[in-house]
Amino acid sequence: MADLPPAHPTWLWGNPDPRPSYDAVVVGGGGHGLATAYYLARNHGLTNVAVLEKGWLAGGNMARNTTIIRSNYLWDASAAIYEFALRLWEQLPEELDYDFLFSQRGVLNLAHTPQDVREATRRVNANQLNGIDAQWLDPDEAAKVCPILNVSPHVRYPVLGATFQPRAGIAKHDHVAWAFARALDAMGVHLIQNCEVTGFVKDGDRVVGVETTRGRIGAGVVGLVAAGHSSVLARMAGFRLPIQSHPLQALASELYEPVHPTVVMSNHVHVYVSQAHKGELVMGAGVDAYNGYGQRGAFHIIEHQMAAALELFPIFGRAHLLRTWAGIVDVSPDASPIIGPTPVRNLYVNCGWGTGGFKATPSAGWVMAHTMATGEPHELNRPFGLERFITGALVDEHGAAAVAH
Amino acid sequence: MLLLTCPWCGPRDETEYRYGGQAHVPHPEDPSALSDEEWAEYLFFRDNPSGPFAERWCHSVGCRRWFNVVRDTRTYEILAVYTGAAPDSSIGRSGDSSIGAHA
Repeated sequence: MADLPPAHPTWLWGNPDPRPSYDAVVVGGGGHGLATAYYLARNHGLTNVAVLEKGWLAGGNMARNTTIIRSNYLWDASAAIYEFALRLWEQLPEELDYDFLFSQRGVLNLAHTPQDVREATRRVNANQLNGIDAQWLDPDEAAKVCPILNVSPHVRYPVLGATFQPRAGIAKHDHVAWAFARALDAMGVHLIQNCEVTGFVKDGDRVVGVETTRGRIGAGVVGLVAAGHSSVLARMAGFRLPIQSHPLQALASELYEPVHPTVVMSNHVHVYVSQAHKGELVMGAGVDAYNGYGQRGAFHIIEHQMAAALELFPIFGRAHLLRTWAGIVDVSPDASPIIGPTPVRNLYVNCGWGTGGFKATPSAGWVMAHTMATGEPHELNRPFGLERFITGALVDEHGAAAVAH
Repeated sequence: MLLLTCPWCGPRDETEYRYGGQAHVPHPEDPSALSDEEWAEYLFFRDNPSGPFAERWCHSVGCRRWFNVVRDTRTYEILAVYTGAAPDSSIGRSGDSSIGAHA
């Protein structure tokens, strides 16, 4: 006979009905949406705020990413916003009074070809000039950081060296969302789930509210923070985004004893691997080639990344795959985010993070909140406006951001 | 894994093909006459619907020829395979064609 299940723990946030209107509405209750609402309240004193989520809180990419946090990006604009995020990550567990297991175990970005080595050493130099803790390691030094890494020269793509960022790491993504949600609830911000935005209410060229599956909700300003579904919302609002939505798959193994002490990423053989606190090996790779909103991808992508993982980590040869899944990522032309005003007044967008948005959760929220509250971009997101596709001032992180997109 | 039917070679696994993104995006007729905004539209802006989408595929390890597919991006169901112009404008033009449509 089954025992009674344990009592449900105290809810961390409430489940309010929407008010007729709010000073600010954030569309999307993932990590970035929650962080946006958090900094609207914390930095700008706005608490008459709602986060509208079509499903359940943090059930999209926030629950599907591989939780890697790092800031070793090439270009100044990227380094600035990702490093700001990393500094916020370092203080958030205490600030939110929630231990979401942020573990600064470092990240190795492997180089397998002479061109990889040139790219990597250039990136280390650029990172150091930007005050980011980057180092270049030879294969033996890389193997000291990660002893299970195969640095034998007798493989198809031998490891020629690696960049190392010691302050990088992982965190438990669900708990990050819960930490933000609890703080928001305590500040009086409404987290409204099962509330899908179906249209925008406009007065001339200005947005004044949203139509939702739970009725019309007025808004002083609206922020779109919907990742893979940003194009769908933008179209409803009457403008286009230079975004293509792709499935991005990840996978987890069964639980194992701790064998992998850091995070390893490889552009060239194309896999990234860490071991979660609970013991799963967590791996990701590239997107499925086609546009898709199906939150699933093809198994040949998984097969390819497993082959790459096995070349780097022969010890995984007997590991069992437990599950695979996909999230829908919003890929921009230059592999950099789009954060700022839109052609509709009082409507702002944060999207285009593609395959790497989790790491930027706090700074994306910070600058999006600033942009929504003041109507002006923060210094950190000024280079990331929509207008860069017209001026040509792209922040081209394709192949420069330490991962192939 | 998608099973796509090449108009010339028949049904083949997705791994034999290369994806080409949105179909029916013509090169500007007079490139030098385009404004910066129009260039941005041509270079960077593509439809990205959740639903039927007309897209290009190339049978890259087979006959190496390009063709068009209408596929539902939610279910990944193949709705049409064709060469040349869209067979039915109602499924071929799924995106917002009010901005930046050069066709």
